[in-house]
Amino acid sequence: MPAKNYAATRFSALDEINGANVSNLQVAFAFSTGVDHGQEAAPIVANNTMFIVTPYPNIVFALDLTKPGAPIKWSYQPHPAAASQGVACCDVVNRGATYSDGKLFFNTLDDNTIALDAETGKVIWKTKLGDINTGETITMAPLVVKGKVLVGDSGGELGVRGWLTALDVATGKILWRAYATGPDRDVLIGPGFRSFYPSDNGADLGVTTWPGDAWQTGGGTMWGWIAYDPDLNLIYYGTGNPGPWNQEQRPGDNKWTTTLFARDPDTGEAKWALQYNPHDEHDYDGINEQILVDMNVDGKPRKVLLHPDRNGHLYVVDRESGEIISANPYGYVNSVLGIDLKTGRPVMNPDKLTRVGVVVHDICPTASGLKDWNPSAFSPLTGLMYIPHENLCMDWKSRSVSYIAGTPFVGAEVVSKAGPGGNRGEFTAWDPVERKAVWTIKEDLPLWSGAMATAGGLVFYGTMDGWFKAVDAKTGELKWQFKTGSGIIGQPVAYRGPDGHEYVAILSGVGGWAGAIVAGDLDPRDPTGALGMIGVMADLKTKTAAGGTLYVFALPKS
Amino acid sequence: MCSPCRNPERSKVIARLRPIAVAALLAVAANNAEAQQDTAPSAGRGPNEVSVTSLFPNGATPPRPPDAIGRRFEGNKLAIADGELLFNQMNCTGCHFNGGGGMGPALMSGHWRYGGRIEQIYESIAQGRPNGMPSWQFVLGPTQIWDLAAYAKSLSVPAPSAASQTAAPDTSVKP
Repeated sequence: MPAKNYAATRFSALDEINGANVSNLQVAFAFSTGVDHGQEAAPIVANNTMFIVTPYPNIVFALDLTKPGAPIKWSYQPHPAAASQGVACCDVVNRGATYSDGKLFFNTLDDNTIALDAETGKVIWKTKLGDINTGETITMAPLVVKGKVLVGDSGGELGVRGWLTALDVATGKILWRAYATGPDRDVLIGPGFRSFYPSDNGADLGVTTWPGDAWQTGGGTMWGWIAYDPDLNLIYYGTGNPGPWNQEQRPGDNKWTTTLFARDPDTGEAKWALQYNPHDEHDYDGINEQILVDMNVDGKPRKVLLHPDRNGHLYVVDRESGEIISANPYGYVNSVLGIDLKTGRPVMNPDKLTRVGVVVHDICPTASGLKDWNPSAFSPLTGLMYIPHENLCMDWKSRSVSYIAGTPFVGAEVVSKAGPGGNRGEFTAWDPVERKAVWTIKEDLPLWSGAMATAGGLVFYGTMDGWFKAVDAKTGELKWQFKTGSGIIGQPVAYRGPDGHEYVAILSGVGGWAGAIVAGDLDPRDPTGALGMIGVMADLKTKTAAGGTLYVFALPKS
Repeated sequence: MCSPCRNPERSKVIARLRPIAVAALLAVAANNAEAQQDTAPSAGRGPNEVSVTSLFPNGATPPRPPDAIGRRFEGNKLAIADGELLFNQMNCTGCHFNGGGGMGPALMSGHWRYGGRIEQIYESIAQGRPNGMPSWQFVLGPTQIWDLAAYAKSLSVPAPSAASQTAAPDTSVKP
């Protein structure tokens, strides 16, 4: 699975590559994906085979790691509908496949989940889960839990109603679907539902916290990460932003958008929920990763999850009860003054709330958040969380928007800009116990790649101009870097090759929301373009070009 | 009588839109009706013939001169203004923004994937295009599509974006 384990630590126990020898790291082999859009997927390794999924048209390659140069073992082209590219909000990305028990599972942009025989690439089943004519796409990497493939949808910028669906691993049959909005029966909220905070309890809140039937086009899509605690038998995931972005068209808390759910994977039933950003008015999705760790809080061991939210706060949440233990900003934030631990709700800065017809200046973080989808890592050796994130702010003007199925349902004009200091990205090592940053690396461009930590005392990440970096996990000191062919927005992984040695892999290829200006050949003169991202990425075309290449690194053979 | 109302199939589609959209559509139609008495062009049909290629094998006849209807819309200020309204009301802006593009391609760059003559733009809007451009011919009437084409064409004038709202892109926020 892309996150390495159910706890989603992205920590590799391999230690052959370490601070003393990483400077010798060199390319073992490279492979062109043939697709020059944003490569957000994690390479997956199982049975001496590496599996990668490209952005649309979602080609799957299996590379044979037992042979020199890792030649293609098989490839599979799902031929998704070309029109699906027109309803994908932020480049036509795919966040990767997942492997389980001889099968490879992945999603296509046009809303299919496909199971392949990992040995041969033959289709075992294919299930259609959505309709691009409602604006629905799928970009997330599925997760397999207890014989079920868990899949969520994308389309929060098109008024898509969010859901998480479980499919039978053997047949692809839909076993349950939990919507993010609507009546309790649709959200799979039953008598066993007990949230920690009063405002997250009540009947049919997915309807009553919306005007009229706005919940039907209210977003809450699930395009991020799922973690699983086998002991508690709970899955954890967050939902996306409410739609439209113009908050005046949807008075109320807009449940259950931007919400952390704990669910029983067997039935889908929700055990509790925690809405991060009730009535969100800045596009602060709740889909970022949750890392499951057991740590001491005030001297007592607690089962917690760590979640760096788009709203700029690092939530430490008791994953049994849903109580927020702490929530602290991990970068510059002025839109949220703090998280009220008595109510679980953010205290909003009234000066940064958005209104129709008014330009509100310098809202920090910007719409893509202090951090977007790109996942953090956690090292049990250092006890630190490694957060690749942004330092961006924005100007925002809301305007009224009509719902027309299959078209954008946004209603805001946004211009993003660099945050304080001018550096657009930051890589922060965060101590969740002390609730503070231990060190921070400033990066010129926003960080849109994931992070990976290893037992070799290293942390890996990439930059949008193509540098792949290894830094010391304790100090942040740069130990090694390599310039790849295009900007990096992928997820680094480490694996043990058939020869017993450690390898590190990353997909290079700029794109995604932050890189849309390059992947989509957009015009840098319109700062409102790409939902305001062009405003702060106008120079990206001068720093990198589109591409799609897998790089695999190893130490020289001795 | 606005042209959408004459077509029962189209009326059905519009009825499925939310009330705001319907009201907006009718308002635009009313604007058009008034404008016809002034100088805003109107049209009962799209272009006669449009090729999206510039390859014509064996010296075959190249496309006919610019479409006469298209010439009436291109550069017409009232048509462009109506087109801009529609561009917002039909959520075109959610993909193309103020010409820079996003989910959809840039319209201000001067590069047109499927041809930049106004009748070619008309057909791209009416028919849709395979990589994600929806087909609008069952929602909008010919005059509205011509208006949209006139507005889209006007964006490609190589000048600074007319519509950016605020700060220069290279500014950063003071804490």
